[in-house]
Amino acid sequence: MKRFFAQTYLWLLLVLLYAPIVIIAIFSFTESKVLGNWTGFSTELYTSLFSGGAHHSLLDAIKNTLSIALIAATASTLLGSVAAIGIFNMRGRKKQMINFFNDIPMLNPDIITGISLFLLFVSLGISQGYTTVVLAHIAFCTPYVVLSIMPRLQQMNPNIYEAALDLGATPFQALRKVIIPEIRPGMVSGFILAFTLSIDDFAVTLFTKGNEGLETLSTYIYADARKGGLTPELRPLSTIIFVVVLLLLIVINVRAKRNAKRQTVM
Amino acid sequence: MNFVAKIFNKRANWAIPYAIFLAIFVALPLVLIVVYAFQDANGAFTLQNFVKFVEQPEAVNTFIYSIGIALITTILCVLLGYPAAYILANRKLNRSETTVVLFILPMWINILVRTLATVALFDFAKLPLGEGALIFGMVYNFLPFMIYPIYNTLQKMDHSLIEAAEDLGAPPMKVFMKVTVPLSMPGVMSGVMMVFMPTISTFAIAELLTMNNVKLFGTTIQENINNGMWNYGAALSLIMLVIIGITSLFSDGDEQNDGESLL
Repeated sequence: MKRFFAQTYLWLLLVLLYAPIVIIAIFSFTESKVLGNWTGFSTELYTSLFSGGAHHSLLDAIKNTLSIALIAATASTLLGSVAAIGIFNMRGRKKQMINFFNDIPMLNPDIITGISLFLLFVSLGISQGYTTVVLAHIAFCTPYVVLSIMPRLQQMNPNIYEAALDLGATPFQALRKVIIPEIRPGMVSGFILAFTLSIDDFAVTLFTKGNEGLETLSTYIYADARKGGLTPELRPLSTIIFVVVLLLLIVINVRAKRNAKRQTVM
Repeated sequence: MNFVAKIFNKRANWAIPYAIFLAIFVALPLVLIVVYAFQDANGAFTLQNFVKFVEQPEAVNTFIYSIGIALITTILCVLLGYPAAYILANRKLNRSETTVVLFILPMWINILVRTLATVALFDFAKLPLGEGALIFGMVYNFLPFMIYPIYNTLQKMDHSLIEAAEDLGAPPMKVFMKVTVPLSMPGVMSGVMMVFMPTISTFAIAELLTMNNVKLFGTTIQENINNGMWNYGAALSLIMLVIIGITSLFSDGDEQNDGESLL
């Protein structure tokens, strides 16, 4: 009986959480400009989303979002990995200092990060656009990469690296053959985390994108909503994003479970 | 070359590029907020920006209203989220891991897309947009961030303590109040941080959910920056930073660990 009530509560909450997304998904299959108005089944919005046409700018925004996320995630994974190895080998005051500054972008609200970077670019006289957005994204993504690699370094046996050096490996070879394979899982999850953070970001992008007309998906939706009418093509787009995220999470979970199983077998 | 190799050999030095990067893109920008906040448009030192804030009833009211909305959202998230996390972490009540994933999933969807979905729901149900929609949307957006850390601490909790309390004759309610709740407090605290901090600083969500009728403090800051009032905007940002600094004193920095284990 207790279990029944508990399960009912969970599912009620889930229905509430998913109702908005489900409604968007259902109404992505009708042509009507206004949401909530069912005018018969149609995949017209999906075709018009990908054919560009009237909403060419939406397609551009999607491309920008993905390319910025890819560059920012790659750069912050590289920067963060090297930094994590360095920080791990630091001691005392200096280590505390760098950890403190590494925490700041994670604790700061997005709007503060955005405004502070905006003021930086303005006072350095740098004109804002694609590059400044990428730099800003690297700034708030790298701390998460550092944090996801740190536990890997802590678990690593420090003697292996020393052994490699004793056996005549150059530091670079030891890095490539010993350290990187050990921290690779941390690098992968750091990259994925950075990629999703970048795609999700709105506030930091808004303050650093300048006014040359650069839009990412978030800023496009924002500008669109402010104009009043929401582009109907956002419905199929949200649906696609939702399905992709759902599939990704399922894959990650299945993989994690399979790995766990393999480990218990061994 | 020899010199470069020497620096490279000491692995602690590998953090140098990142230290420089942090100085330019994290430390300097924060210093600039403080600098701008205490300057007038010509760059002279002034306290005028803060005087202006205190003298403008509208700005102060927005500020208080925002804190109120953030508090209501946080409380609602605790009330709705704690039972959910408790059920999810309890093996007798829930055996499926899929339900856990279903609760975490919305965290991975763009916040504006989620807000858009809430607007769609209210349109669909023919409910008016406004304060009600704002609070619903905030709770909807941030509830997963409350459930997840509480669920995490409840799961890591030492269950033998609960059994010990039961063996010693405590009734279920007493076990819950005296053992489970105190032990899960770190999770509740980091959940509160993860909900309160973003809700107090949000801006776009409020505009979308209320058709621009309700203004939050974040919106005020953004409007000032957009209209070229950088110094006043910086002063307002500094006020928000102070509030957040005070709030984070109550937490023990646990939320980082939760962010780390999200994947």
